Amino acid sequence: MVSKSDLIEIRWHGRGGQGAVTSAELLAKAAIDEGKFAQAFPAFGPERRGAPVVAFDRIDSTKPIRLRAEIREPDVVIVLDPTLLSVVKVTAGLKPGGILIINTRKDFAEIEKDFGKDWKLALVDANTIAREILGVTIVNTTMLGALLKAMPVVKMESLVEPIKERFDRIAEKNINVVKRAFAETKVKE
Amino acid sequence: MGKRVGIEVSLAIAEAAKMADVDVIAAYPITPQTHIVEHMAEIVANGDLDAEYIPVESEHSAMSACLGSSATGARTFTATAGQGLELMHEVLYVASAMRLPIVMAVANRALSSPLNVWGDQSDLMAVRDVGWIQIICENGQEAFDHTICSFRIAEDNRVLLPVMVHCDGFYLTHVVEPIEFPTQEEVTNFIPKFKYPLPLDTSKPVSMGCFAPTFIYTEAKKAQEVNILNSKKIIQEHWDAFGKAFGRYYHPVESYRTEGAKTLLLTLGSFGETAMTAVDKMRDEGKSVGLLKLRLWRPFPYQELRKAVGNAENLIVVDRALSFGGCGGPAYSEVRSALYSEKNHPKVVGFVAGLGGRDITVTEFENMVKRAPQIANTGAENEYEMFGVRE
Repeated sequence: MVSKSDLIEIRWHGRGGQGAVTSAELLAKAAIDEGKFAQAFPAFGPERRGAPVVAFDRIDSTKPIRLRAEIREPDVVIVLDPTLLSVVKVTAGLKPGGILIINTRKDFAEIEKDFGKDWKLALVDANTIAREILGVTIVNTTMLGALLKAMPVVKMESLVEPIKERFDRIAEKNINVVKRAFAETKVKE
Repeated sequence: MGKRVGIEVSLAIAEAAKMADVDVIAAYPITPQTHIVEHMAEIVANGDLDAEYIPVESEHSAMSACLGSSATGARTFTATAGQGLELMHEVLYVASAMRLPIVMAVANRALSSPLNVWGDQSDLMAVRDVGWIQIICENGQEAFDHTICSFRIAEDNRVLLPVMVHCDGFYLTHVVEPIEFPTQEEVTNFIPKFKYPLPLDTSKPVSMGCFAPTFIYTEAKKAQEVNILNSKKIIQEHWDAFGKAFGRYYHPVESYRTEGAKTLLLTLGSFGETAMTAVDKMRDEGKSVGLLKLRLWRPFPYQELRKAVGNAENLIVVDRALSFGGCGGPAYSEVRSALYSEKNHPKVVGFVAGLGGRDITVTEFENMVKRAPQIANTGAENEYEMFGVRE
């Protein structure tokens, strides 16, 4: 929507309670700590546990963000929950050549069968990583690691302080899932 | 040196009230204000602020408790939204008439029915005439700054009026964004604890807000009106002092790229930022468009507005509230009225847009600029329309 800028617009898809809003917030805080300009906000709709939800990030490394509306044409879409793929059109408005990051066990060929080849795909089995490290399949921080692999919007170390502030005793485990997801995410150009 | 923090705007407002070292908070939670008062309660419960948090059973009680606490000279803060502001409506008049320097953050929201909790300025417009100073914020930094600065304005002995700091629900309150925090020392120096001139005090009894029969009521109201009108220059004085102390300067009407602009948009609140981006885009395309942002809603800045409008040919006022059966959106009606006596006033066109939290994008501001001349030239009975209605 806005040309001539370093603006990156990200849309998170999750289900209520999975922490999509928290992911968006952690990312914006990390970007702001790096001196960048950023916004994180939830979709302004009813909030119900288990129902599909979206959250948004805007990050601009050079200038203040002067937009107060939902993101309609994101550069990046992140899907926390594979069961959403058949429920929500997650690629709606995704810019041609944009990045689609999915928590899934499927491979590129299977995902391309459903979503075509218009997007740069990044896939990770976040459920397994989260289950093994956190003991629960809450994948919001795991998917931050996948994002950084697909697009280095912030430095990984910048996430450490926001994660510590948010998760306190379980911060270290959440930092570990970010690192492991970064290592295991497969990115197809 | 302060620090730059990525924080949800609601929490930043609560942090501002904490840095203002408020003595009493009386509030009732309501979306989209909830995070402000939750965080305020947390701050007090954690012992990070020596204050009384009064958990009341309604907004009517919240404002009533604020009256009592403020009348004793305690620095008093509250926050509300939408229906909550409506429920405290009658008490708002008492606060201003009794000259109580309460500061209240309002997370602007739509009014029922149908139930809608999202960003809208219908609540703001419904309290237009309650005698409070009213400041409308465009982003999180302004919400933080005006929460702090408003104590200094409210508590000035020449003013002694309550202040509402309006922040669009969700569009501001629920966004994490960068906010510059000053140090505690800087804030304390800027708003030292004040002494209310005539507080409730059992050792020196006073009577406040008592009975006024016909022979004196008009004079009391005239005094109140003179008081709020006179506050305008004092508000600017304190905003200038704020600018000197913190580097961010505020004015009753802000102009953006208005030089030589034939068409001006005028917005209130969070519309302003998206409209700035729209103006940038239109200017790049060679269109003669600028933007005015109304920051001070009460007292209304007539002179500043007239000056800012200058020689523009078209003025488009965008309201996020509707005046049912009236002469257009509330801000539109007032702006048009303020310009009527000017010899060369612009054609004023009004749009009511973004009700109940509906997004207004850059493209939609561009469409308003395209649509406005058509409305202006037809000379319709009411030169405004509800924008983007599906019919």
